[in-house]
Amino acid sequence: MNVQFFTGQASDLVTFMLGAQTFGVPVLQVQDVLNNQKIARIPLAPAQVCGSINLRGRIATTINVRRCLNLPPKTGSASMFIVVENKEELYSLMVDKVGDVMSLSMTDFEPNPINLDPAWKAIAGGVFRLKDQLLVVLDVLRLLNLVHMQSGGVSSKA
Amino acid sequence: MDELLQDFLTETNENLAVLDNQLVTLEQNPNDPTLLSSIFRIVHTIKGTCGFLGLPRLESVAHASENVLGKFRDGLVPVNAGAVSLILESLDAIKRILAILEQTEREPDGDDVDLIMRLNALAEGETVAPATPAPAAPDPEPEAPTVEFEPEPEPEPEPESGSEPKPEPPARVEEDAQAEEAVSSEAAKPDPMTIGGAADTKESAVAHQSIRVNVDLLENLMTTISELVLTRNQLLQILRTQGESAFTAPLQRLNQITSELQDGVMKTRMQPIGNAWAKLPRVVRDLSVELGKKMDLQMRGAETELDRQVLELVKDPLTHMVRNSADHGIEMPADRVRAGKNETGVITLNAFHEGGHIIIEIKDDGKGLPVEKIKSKAVASGMASALQLASMSEQQIQQFIFRPGFSTASEVTSVSGRGVGMDVVKTNIEKIGGTIELFSQEGKGSCFTIKIPLTLAIVSALIVECAGERFAIPQISVLELVRTTATSEQRIEEINTTPVLRLRNRLLPLAFLRRILDLDEPEKKQESAYIVVTHMGTSVFGLVVDKVYDTEEIVVKPVTSLLRHIDLYSGNTILGDGSVIMILDPSGIAARVGEIQGAAKEDKAQQKKAGGRDDAATFMLFRAGDGSPKAVPLSLISRLEDVDMTKVEHSSGQRVIQYRGRLMPLLPINDNFPIPDEGNMPVLVFSDQGRCMGLIVQEILDIVEDRLHVDLHGTSPDGSILGSAIIAGKATDVIDAGYYLTQAFSDWFSVRDNAANFQQPATRRVLLVDDSAFFRNLLAPLLSVAGYDVTAVESGAQALDLCTSGILFDVIVSDLEMPGMNGFEFAAKAQASEKWANTPMIALTSHSTPKDIERSHEAGFADHVAKFDRDRLLATLAQVMSRKNMRKSA
Repeated sequence: MNVQFFTGQASDLVTFMLGAQTFGVPVLQVQDVLNNQKIARIPLAPAQVCGSINLRGRIATTINVRRCLNLPPKTGSASMFIVVENKEELYSLMVDKVGDVMSLSMTDFEPNPINLDPAWKAIAGGVFRLKDQLLVVLDVLRLLNLVHMQSGGVSSKA
Repeated sequence: MDELLQDFLTETNENLAVLDNQLVTLEQNPNDPTLLSSIFRIVHTIKGTCGFLGLPRLESVAHASENVLGKFRDGLVPVNAGAVSLILESLDAIKRILAILEQTEREPDGDDVDLIMRLNALAEGETVAPATPAPAAPDPEPEAPTVEFEPEPEPEPEPESGSEPKPEPPARVEEDAQAEEAVSSEAAKPDPMTIGGAADTKESAVAHQSIRVNVDLLENLMTTISELVLTRNQLLQILRTQGESAFTAPLQRLNQITSELQDGVMKTRMQPIGNAWAKLPRVVRDLSVELGKKMDLQMRGAETELDRQVLELVKDPLTHMVRNSADHGIEMPADRVRAGKNETGVITLNAFHEGGHIIIEIKDDGKGLPVEKIKSKAVASGMASALQLASMSEQQIQQFIFRPGFSTASEVTSVSGRGVGMDVVKTNIEKIGGTIELFSQEGKGSCFTIKIPLTLAIVSALIVECAGERFAIPQISVLELVRTTATSEQRIEEINTTPVLRLRNRLLPLAFLRRILDLDEPEKKQESAYIVVTHMGTSVFGLVVDKVYDTEEIVVKPVTSLLRHIDLYSGNTILGDGSVIMILDPSGIAARVGEIQGAAKEDKAQQKKAGGRDDAATFMLFRAGDGSPKAVPLSLISRLEDVDMTKVEHSSGQRVIQYRGRLMPLLPINDNFPIPDEGNMPVLVFSDQGRCMGLIVQEILDIVEDRLHVDLHGTSPDGSILGSAIIAGKATDVIDAGYYLTQAFSDWFSVRDNAANFQQPATRRVLLVDDSAFFRNLLAPLLSVAGYDVTAVESGAQALDLCTSGILFDVIVSDLEMPGMNGFEFAAKAQASEKWANTPMIALTSHSTPKDIERSHEAGFADHVAKFDRDRLLATLAQVMSRKNMRKSA
């Protein structure tokens, strides 16, 4: 699968959690990690877009990653945000909790298992085998493209 | 300016700057092959591009230089001071041509034969005396006749429009700085003999005052300043809640400095609007030649500055409108003289600042907009009915030119008349948050007024709240704010769930922001609401919101690409308190409002189709005396007139007025209101078969489309009122036009007896077949008042279509004389059909001879009624129905 952002023997990933599952985003793509933020709702926006936040004077569109992965809405404590930039636009990915930065060896990397849920497969860029768990790499570009495609032309709530 | 040319100029100017340096280096280091080929390549590029863009003069100079450089490169001609000077001289010539080109978008006339000859001579291997021109200041003598710049044939703009040198050209974006250079150098040195050298010195002087700055850099600077403004706003917001604070003084200073900085950066982006006008004199000149008209273009306020982004966007609309004025507005010289005007038409462009906006007027003293022509065009293209037009003011009619596909030019010319134009102009202006207004007087001329914001980056916006969310509405499209409460005079009314507001005798369509944005908060019955009266071009609507805050200067940020498909937002912004809000796009909302209304109409049309009845009719609502509105089917009214009461005469106890060469009786609709002897009163004119009568009413309220649903019958003792119905959500008296017709002309219908009570159990379905719309409209309400459910069609064929589609009626009333299929044929066919075989039929005819009656019986009509005898008709209908019922029960 798409491993173009992993060069060399190791790769650094910012890890985050959605429920019990660990995910990772290549550290070079991450601009910022934010704690709880005030999200401004955008009426008529696609369901995956939960609003926008003010990031030091720039507006970042907030994407509900749980929604993209067909996960149930989160209950309980506040969310965290991973800010990424694409085509000069800022996006903040709403996740449950952001963890440490991990340096992982490419020998532990594997492409997506073929039996992965299609919604997951569409935005997962492979899997790292960790000692006690599996880490799914989130392909940010594909995630944004997907939201874009799913929202384009749909003028009301999905 | 043409984008291609613009790019070429920028690129070539940069290349020339490089060349200057490289040539000097070459002179010191004549045998550097890399340097030589680099120089050769640049000149070659210039030559190639010139050829591509069709600039022969530049191309020939570049070509000759290239030849020489080619020889240098191949070692055929030695590089020496004289040769390099000559190349430099040719580069100077190129630069001067470029300067003119940039200013006028044309190469100057004349040629450079002498220079080219010397270049060619050099290429042929002839030595050039080292004494010839020094690099920086070429000898004026041989050059003067060759690079003489003849004055442009086009009329110079007005003196104030910028031909005088600017005393202090400010630093600005590159293209502007150079244009100014050219202007000042040309104006400063009118003597062509000295132009070469003088321009050079002037150039350096200007170069010291202005620097070239990349546009991107300025854009970045602007964005950064925008952030600074936001941060400042945030700080001030915090400060407001703090009360006494040590930060107060420094923050005030920061506030001030930020504002200054913002103004300063804004100024760097500003360009005089004259830049957008530069090619208009030429356009007008060409058009005057092409069309054989005499025209003069006057430009005022060319130095008025506006943001270059806005400037780019208004350039094309402006050009289009000036072309329109020249083509449609200004008459032929002979016509002008005949109209008592000066032979030469004047088109005036005027720009000035007004309260944060720039106003541009495009005025001509031509023939103005032809109202009659627009009317007939509007009718022909189905944009409005003649009746709608009858009640419109001239100004409203003129607005039709902004509709898509509207052109009054009878022929398509190369200039205009293709039906694309003013609507595009309007859309483009509105796209940048501007408005366009039109004032025209036939025979006197037209004036278009464009109002646009100075800049797109920072706009003033009204902050509103709806369902707990805040939104910004650009101030330019806000007309006024109205607050309504349940008890106030202004309250929201509904026409079949469509909300409207009465605002100064006009109905304002309303849109609930809550519904448009699908905000899911439960819709609580509100005591009060705020209505933001918004206009988008000529369409005005009210946006209902919960709360209105302040107006704020906001920095517009583009909407994320994920939301571009939602046309309701034009951007988003960060408020002083740091929260992100969406900026509403009035044009998107206007479209949405129209869509909702359009959809409702469509629904209705489909209902009509499906049911075969439930006719929605259009009513004219008016007021006369007492409070309740009165209605009459619009289709009965042939015209609305505003009658000057002093012109009313009396004849045999009746008010009459001379109307279109005949006497028209005027009747007051009732005696409940005084009829003045002077002043104007609205009059509804009814006409049929060449006879007219007028009904004087007090005030015309509106035209509405609604279903006629008469609930109370015959409430007036004299029979002037058919009954009361709910129209536009209000109890409304439906006027019996027939009553007044008989009052005016006792023989209009047969004399009317005292009204009998024809009340019938409801849902008797009657099919009315009559080719005359007048009678259909007259009889349908009459029958529906009498409790029948009426379907009216205009021909036998249409009626038979209904038969085929299986719709059943209790009784059919048909005219006998109809074009196409007459009543006898129709009856025969209907009786022959399976479905309608047992439906009783009643014939209507204008003249009832015994022979007719016999014939109609033969055709299958159960009865026969004279057309004007409405009471007979009702009695007969009742009879027929009861016969039918009896048969049924038997």
